Amino acid sequence: MKLPVYMDYQATTPMDPRVLQQMLPWFVEKFGNPASRSHAYGWEAEQAVDQARQQIATLIGADPREIVLTSGATESDNLAITGAARFYRNKGDHIITLATEHKAVLDSCRHLETDEGFRVTWLPVQENGLVDLQRLADAITDQTILVSIMAANNETGVLQPLAQIGNLCRSRGVLFHCDAAQAVGKIPINVDLIHCDLLSISAHKVYGPKGVGALYVRRKPRVRLKPILHGGGHERGMRSGTLATPLVVGFGAACALAQQEMVTEQERVLMLRERLRHSIMSQITHVYVNGDLEQRLAGNLNLSFAYVEGESMMMAIKDVAVSSGSACTSASLEPSYVLRAMGVNEEMAHTSIRFGLGRFTTVEEVDFVSTTVVKAVSKLRELSPLWEMVQEGIDVSSIQWDAH
Amino acid sequence: MYNEKVLDHYENPRNVGSLDKNDVNVGTGMVGAPACGDVMKLQILVNDHGVITDAKFKTFGCGSAIASSSLVTEWIKGRTIDEALAIKNSAVAEELALPPVKIHCSVLAEDAIKSAVQNYRSKQQQSVSKES
Repeated sequence: MKLPVYMDYQATTPMDPRVLQQMLPWFVEKFGNPASRSHAYGWEAEQAVDQARQQIATLIGADPREIVLTSGATESDNLAITGAARFYRNKGDHIITLATEHKAVLDSCRHLETDEGFRVTWLPVQENGLVDLQRLADAITDQTILVSIMAANNETGVLQPLAQIGNLCRSRGVLFHCDAAQAVGKIPINVDLIHCDLLSISAHKVYGPKGVGALYVRRKPRVRLKPILHGGGHERGMRSGTLATPLVVGFGAACALAQQEMVTEQERVLMLRERLRHSIMSQITHVYVNGDLEQRLAGNLNLSFAYVEGESMMMAIKDVAVSSGSACTSASLEPSYVLRAMGVNEEMAHTSIRFGLGRFTTVEEVDFVSTTVVKAVSKLRELSPLWEMVQEGIDVSSIQWDAH
Repeated sequence: MYNEKVLDHYENPRNVGSLDKNDVNVGTGMVGAPACGDVMKLQILVNDHGVITDAKFKTFGCGSAIASSSLVTEWIKGRTIDEALAIKNSAVAEELALPPVKIHCSVLAEDAIKSAVQNYRSKQQQSVSKES
């Protein structure tokens, strides 16, 4: 077993060695520019890109002509939101998104709001992290041009009801963009079943290489975008720039593997996650799951360990690579905005740890992690004045603390 | 990511525990807030000569917060109250080589000393006024 045990699959996934094998010839040997139409170097590269495009499209039930290759999901989100907002400006100036979206979505919307005069509704979520469909329906006006809601949350793994959101958007004549970076390859996604118009994907979240992603752009009915990168008119004018053939090939290979293995893989990952959850929660008290347990990615377990601060927890489990919603782990002083938007109080947000499991996680690793976590929590609670107060029967929330 | 001294205090915290908070010679300081991600409890036992003979802490917080409180318990043991009050957060930050984002941990440790001393002094005054 390699230490530290990697349990941060929502941050990135290790690349599958089978993916790397398919990429290798496209670096040195077959180096052609897929946009070169005049010779065989270009043709073979174009063919490889076409195949990858087909593999990506197949995984989400799309047509390969609907796939715009980008540098990753952040670029896809930027292109989808700013590109659609600018193109459809004459139809309306209102955008709706969720408070728990990824920063790439939130900041794109924020930019349109502050610099380009759009109005943005930041919808709150319910305690389980799910969108309130009635509130969404109520928020849509005749000025609304775009709704951007993610498939699976990167912190909690909570899955939004995409088909219902898509139906609602379609019936009200509003474009639906879905950031599906965490979901593609983990849960079945079909762009026609969820009625989305734009969908962001990232390769490195599905065991592919970093630095490549895609934006699905619906052809029927046709969705138009104003490009944010200008140049040679690649990707049907929506995203200029020479394609990174090896990365695109790897992206395609990763999608093909996900297509074949998703069902059995997710069953196994779910079994591992439940093993971890039961093991931890049966051995220590005052542990809480953040986000809905049913509507959730199999590979995500976000737990709050009451009275144990997240960063010191990560130090105590340094043989496990995880991330925390505690403020101490980020540059800002605020704890996780995702958990806060779900109504998790600041104190509990500070104690949250995200365990991310995936393709290469083993039973041995899960058991090691649960033993390590239980030991660390016991040690840190012995150190915690809050835990001591709880043992003495004092209600910690009843105390007037001096915020600093 | 962490300085060795922080790691040492974090892994082998000195003087973890509690003193009897009802003892008139014990001062208890509790600073910080759970919502901010750190709470420090520092207790001192003071003898008749104003010397801190024992100190204990418990801290909810990041590694730097734990290390800062552990370090000050070491520093104040055997010192007089006035010497303890003279300890500045900058000395703690320097000793542990805390980065700028962790300076507040050392501030909290200084505040914890002040709070414990204040508590000790007010208990002493109360017991004097009770006796008289």
